[in-house]
Amino acid sequence: MSDLNKLTLAEARDLLRAGDVTSVALTEACLTAIEGAGALNAFVHKTPELALERAKAADALLAAGEAPAMCGLPIGIKDLFCTEGVPSQAASRILQGFKPEYESTVSAKLRDAGAVMLGKLNMDEFAMGSSNESSVYGNAVNPWKVDARDLTPGGSSGGSAAAVAADLCLAATGTDTGGSIRQPAAFTGTVGIKPTYGRCSRWGIVAFASSLDQAGPMTKTVRDAAIMLEAMCGHDAKDSTSADLPVPNFEAMLTGDIRGKTIGIPREYRMEGMPEEIGALWDKGADMLRDAGAKIVEISLPHAKYALPAYYVIAPAEASSNLARYDGVRYGHRATLAAGDGITEMYEKTRAEGFGPEVQRRVMIGTYVLSAGFYDAYYNRARKVRTLIKRDFELAFADGVDAILTPATPSAAFGLGEMADADPVQMYLNDVFTVTVNLAGLPGISVPAGLDSQGLPLGLQLIGRPWEEGELLKTAHVLETAAGFVAKPGKWW
Amino acid sequence: MSEINLETARKVAKLSRIAVDEADLPELAQSLSNILTFMEELNEVDVEGVEPMTSVTPMRLKRRVDGVTDGDMQARILSNAPDAREGFFAVPKVVE
Repeated sequence: MSDLNKLTLAEARDLLRAGDVTSVALTEACLTAIEGAGALNAFVHKTPELALERAKAADALLAAGEAPAMCGLPIGIKDLFCTEGVPSQAASRILQGFKPEYESTVSAKLRDAGAVMLGKLNMDEFAMGSSNESSVYGNAVNPWKVDARDLTPGGSSGGSAAAVAADLCLAATGTDTGGSIRQPAAFTGTVGIKPTYGRCSRWGIVAFASSLDQAGPMTKTVRDAAIMLEAMCGHDAKDSTSADLPVPNFEAMLTGDIRGKTIGIPREYRMEGMPEEIGALWDKGADMLRDAGAKIVEISLPHAKYALPAYYVIAPAEASSNLARYDGVRYGHRATLAAGDGITEMYEKTRAEGFGPEVQRRVMIGTYVLSAGFYDAYYNRARKVRTLIKRDFELAFADGVDAILTPATPSAAFGLGEMADADPVQMYLNDVFTVTVNLAGLPGISVPAGLDSQGLPLGLQLIGRPWEEGELLKTAHVLETAAGFVAKPGKWW
Repeated sequence: MSEINLETARKVAKLSRIAVDEADLPELAQSLSNILTFMEELNEVDVEGVEPMTSVTPMRLKRRVDGVTDGDMQARILSNAPDAREGFFAVPKVVE
């Protein structure tokens, strides 16, 4: 069988269980695809020996009829996840050479579910970025291409999105603090879900903004997202914010029946200057859900426009605290010191060399908004606005709305380097549709829904009620089926 | 419009423990000012009587018995240190 790397998780799982393929064959197909895709710079640490070892073990379990849910399925892991004995550096120079002595809870759950890790995936440094251009490994490149330009796969989970879209792996992990799963998924024609805050353990994932960070799967289909999310979720005593709730069988909830559901369309999301084709796709998405039996209602989320500024106070504030641990003492990079340098010079030089410009900027902004005299004016005010943003959603849900439909991004993928001279705030606007979901702690999913006039993928976002990922996936599955998005990037790499 | 002057930029860099060249301070100050101006949109919102969010999902944090759950892994903890000696993390001299 050829092109095994192009299979979905569900297809590969069924073939494995029928004994029609082996995990070793699947894994080898992916490793070959990865070897041939250097131009995409998606996989930044490859683990072929480990992968083949796990694939052989998976084949043995399959043969014995004891296969767990993701047995033998080859996946990629974002570099933000600590993986035992395998470099894990959050795409930062400051963690150069760091090999964790432990495995993150989410990657351990995937491993225990039988998944085969192929290696670590490129990303923006410390997950801070929307284009994968702040990575110490260099840019990841979108497999989608319409002219001579190399396009961004989005960020921060840019390597994950590029790898899944280019069939280098069957699926990948991502993390999402302000849109870092959903925006790259939209830019690459793939599916990405950020679950409710607390669904996935954050233990062992390099922290960016702890009250916003969540892990989630990036996959080729909604069904695959359901399969992989289930394997990633669950309570973990090592993360006190992880929810002690039963994890449903998400895949079983993909019934295709959304009759009677109410879908809200937030009027504040119809932004000035939004490209017409994004507005048109959004309308089309609403029509598809209506045709499937859902009721479409207009809703209001009056504080939505304040989500980005609130986010860019809260996330850097938390980052400045979380990143204080990178001091050149316990792990990672330490600067070479001059004669007479003391411990303060060691900290300052290490952090100046180890952090890239965007990370430095955010640490400093965070330090400023938390500093004496500004704490109330910025940080506390932002947290109050966050309360109001969450309340907007609660009121909509209390009015009977089951899910909310919005565009995923304000544009299709842009060219790498095109934003280099722009103000950082311009780059932040990429998150305008996704960031409210993190601030409110809700589940959100990006589903590929069409191509723009250049031929680049566009995504629609569905936002669900807290803890109702199953219902959200069900609606997303209906949208996916109706949109019938089957386009793949032509291979140029 | 908020303005971060050179002195404030220098102070923020110091508090952040990030060495910034004097020559780079003007650009840093400008870029921080622009971001702060963007944040000032928040001043339009009436937040009178609103509680600042402390936890996005209302949940009672789990408790456990206050006992040792881990330990005896000195070598593993030190294995990634840039400079470890005699079972300790080593740093430049802290006190004269």
